[in-house]
Amino acid sequence: MGRYVARRLLQMIPVFIGTTLLIFLMVNALPGDPVKALWGDKPPDPAQVAQIKHDRGLDLPLWEQYLHYMKGLFQGDFGKTIAGNRPILDEITQAFPVSMRLAAMAWTFELVVGITLGVIAGIRRGRIIDTTVTMFTLLVISIPIFVFGRGLQLVFGNELGWVKPTVQDSENLEQLILPALVLGLVGLAYVARLTRTSIKENRSADYIRTAVAKGLPRRRIVSRHLLRNSLIPVVTYLGTDIGALMGGAVITEGIFNVTGVGNLLFQGIARREGAVIVGVVTVLVLVYLLASLLVDLLYAVLDPRIRYA
Amino acid sequence: MRGAKSAKWVAIAGVVALTATACGGGDDDKGSGKVDPKGIVSYANGEPQNLLQPSNTMEAYGSVVIDALFTGLVHYDKQGNITYENAESVTPDKTNKVWTVKLKPGWKFHDNTPVNAKSYVDAWNWAADPANGQQNSAWYRDIVGYDDVHPEKGKAKKKAMSGLKVVDENTFTITLKNGIPYYQYKLVYKPFFPLPAAALKDPKKYGEAPVGNGPYKFAKWDRKKLISVRTWPGYKGEDKPKNGGIDFKAYTKDTAAYADLKSDNVDTMPIVPNSELANFKNDFGDRAIVSDYSALNTVNFAFYTPQWKKTDIKVLQGLSMAIDRDTIAKTVFYGTRESATGWVAKGVKGYQDDACGKFCKFDPKGAKDLIKAGGGVPGNKIQIQYNADQPHKDWVVAVCNSITKATGVKCTGDAVTDFAADTEIRDQKKVKSMYRSGWVLDYPFNGNFLADLYGTGVDGNKGGFSDKKFDELTAEADKAKTIDESAELYQKAEKELVNSFPGIPLWYNKTLSAYSNNVKKIEFDQAGDPVLSDVEVFEK
Repeated sequence: MGRYVARRLLQMIPVFIGTTLLIFLMVNALPGDPVKALWGDKPPDPAQVAQIKHDRGLDLPLWEQYLHYMKGLFQGDFGKTIAGNRPILDEITQAFPVSMRLAAMAWTFELVVGITLGVIAGIRRGRIIDTTVTMFTLLVISIPIFVFGRGLQLVFGNELGWVKPTVQDSENLEQLILPALVLGLVGLAYVARLTRTSIKENRSADYIRTAVAKGLPRRRIVSRHLLRNSLIPVVTYLGTDIGALMGGAVITEGIFNVTGVGNLLFQGIARREGAVIVGVVTVLVLVYLLASLLVDLLYAVLDPRIRYA
Repeated sequence: MRGAKSAKWVAIAGVVALTATACGGGDDDKGSGKVDPKGIVSYANGEPQNLLQPSNTMEAYGSVVIDALFTGLVHYDKQGNITYENAESVTPDKTNKVWTVKLKPGWKFHDNTPVNAKSYVDAWNWAADPANGQQNSAWYRDIVGYDDVHPEKGKAKKKAMSGLKVVDENTFTITLKNGIPYYQYKLVYKPFFPLPAAALKDPKKYGEAPVGNGPYKFAKWDRKKLISVRTWPGYKGEDKPKNGGIDFKAYTKDTAAYADLKSDNVDTMPIVPNSELANFKNDFGDRAIVSDYSALNTVNFAFYTPQWKKTDIKVLQGLSMAIDRDTIAKTVFYGTRESATGWVAKGVKGYQDDACGKFCKFDPKGAKDLIKAGGGVPGNKIQIQYNADQPHKDWVVAVCNSITKATGVKCTGDAVTDFAADTEIRDQKKVKSMYRSGWVLDYPFNGNFLADLYGTGVDGNKGGFSDKKFDELTAEADKAKTIDESAELYQKAEKELVNSFPGIPLWYNKTLSAYSNNVKKIEFDQAGDPVLSDVEVFEK
């Protein structure tokens, strides 16, 4: 087990270098000069452009820029923004806690409600509750997220006035509830569907019949045997979804004015802030890698037949 | 079409929600109706790009904060005439080369140090040095000695511009390389604000917590959340605030700000989102704001392309006549723009009606005849380049349809991903045929819309336009004795553009906004900025 984890951690290094290099090159291939863009549609001042480029190391050849960047990264230095000359680490440490809160709430929502709905629907398959859940999840999956976002904002924020239409303080958990619900909605639908299908299949498995035959209480059959064995696909989905919830919340963050990672990334791309994009993606890659490692380790917990040597 | 459909969905959801709460109503009676002189106005802003230094701020989010914290020498009124703020007088000599600035005595910065001639001269010299990285430094280029402090390349050779001289405590002179009759208009802009001496020693600290001489004093800056300024009792200017302070709230999307504005959660916003153009007057009723904004939209010709290099001017004029500006303003912009009749926007000194004459009026038959007389459009096909990250597509398509329908010339939009990419193509002179352009006033003088955009070889002239006669006329206007004379000569230069047609004027912009139930009224000036010091807040 320990060796397996060590091996996996070592594998992360090439993945890490590969993704950062790839993103770095892609950002640099984008058309448009980020320094000149600071002047908007007014003519830029060549002396200042040269000064800023020199200051941020943008006048070096690309490979040297990358080496510089990586060198800084290992010392915890993410570089500075082109606009405003702010340490990117400050931007990241401001955005990630917000996104982590939002993602954690959305994820918990997915996990609890999604699995519950899935189990109920799977066990009572074909009944009205199953149809309702299936219909509901289909609806959620087929409607784009910004419709939910704007719709719920309009109803609860503008019309009913139960909450403020947007998040006033991105670090306030209470205010993040509505955006978290919106963000978790699609994931919830997938989790419910995956759980339902998996439960449905496993219900007719031999070991369930054995458990029923030996007279185990129904609650115990469902929770210890049926659910545990049905969770593998769900866990896979939930694991990778952590990263997606953190980095992919651009739309939800925009609607509710949450200053999280998605927004930082979006602004970074719009302003061609290469170092910001690479920095944020680097952290996201780490999150993905760790989440997928965790998922793999969880497999062994859920299914004793899976062993890592 | 996914986007369009979904927008409809929202609209339907909105209708349902509205009818569901229709009986709630009556939220106009909020508050006591009494004005609270200590009330705080909130403004839907965004995170400023740079530190809050006047000479380093050109984008809107930082500008509006700087304007609350600082007061410059001069400003302008709604007609574009100069008004004196911190300056008692700004007077040129006979050649308009040496300008003497006299300050109103007794003004102080928020840290109680005096505002004197030195606060201006030192701040400008500091900002002109490229080592201090101030984005607006090119604004000092008219001053003698600028090239020593700010060479084209490399480090500053001198620390101070020789054209700036402190005469006494409250007087200094500015010597210009060439006479500019309207130079005081340039002094409105932020790089010409003063800074306290301490700010030059620790610019970073003072950029994060600026100390100015304006109506409001800096209170706090919560990064990406809020900037608060509070009324400063020591302010000596005319525009003393009628409220207790301003909270600049940071929004990342205008739609989010709009949602907050509808629920009185913020008091006003810079401009309503494009998606709400059709609804905002309904949503806000008499609290909707539509005011003149000195900005002009054009479609310009890339004169370096083979298509326009040698083409007869009649063809360009004909294309302009083929555009039904009024109808497009009504359908695409829901009546929120006004058809342009010249190359200078409204609300600036020297604006004249109808400079473009019949060539900016829709006349399909005349258009067709003119293009024919001019030998037709080479290739019988044009393209209009625009950036797709802003809502330009709809009107570009409408303009194209109008041209094709009237003249049979094929016309398509050429979408570029975003503004940065769009400007790069323009800078590299790689536009294929024509491009969308726009200009917001730097200062309210007609010369700003003319010489700075269409002079041969100037930075703002991206289309490679050149008209000798126009250059001569603008040079003459720059040599005029007085502002009025100069503005008049610039009007002549504008009229000349009819004969060389650098671009097709399309619409004048409007500032479209609204205000909440928390405040009495909010107005915007012709630069599109809210006049926040005049806002009166109701008691809660």
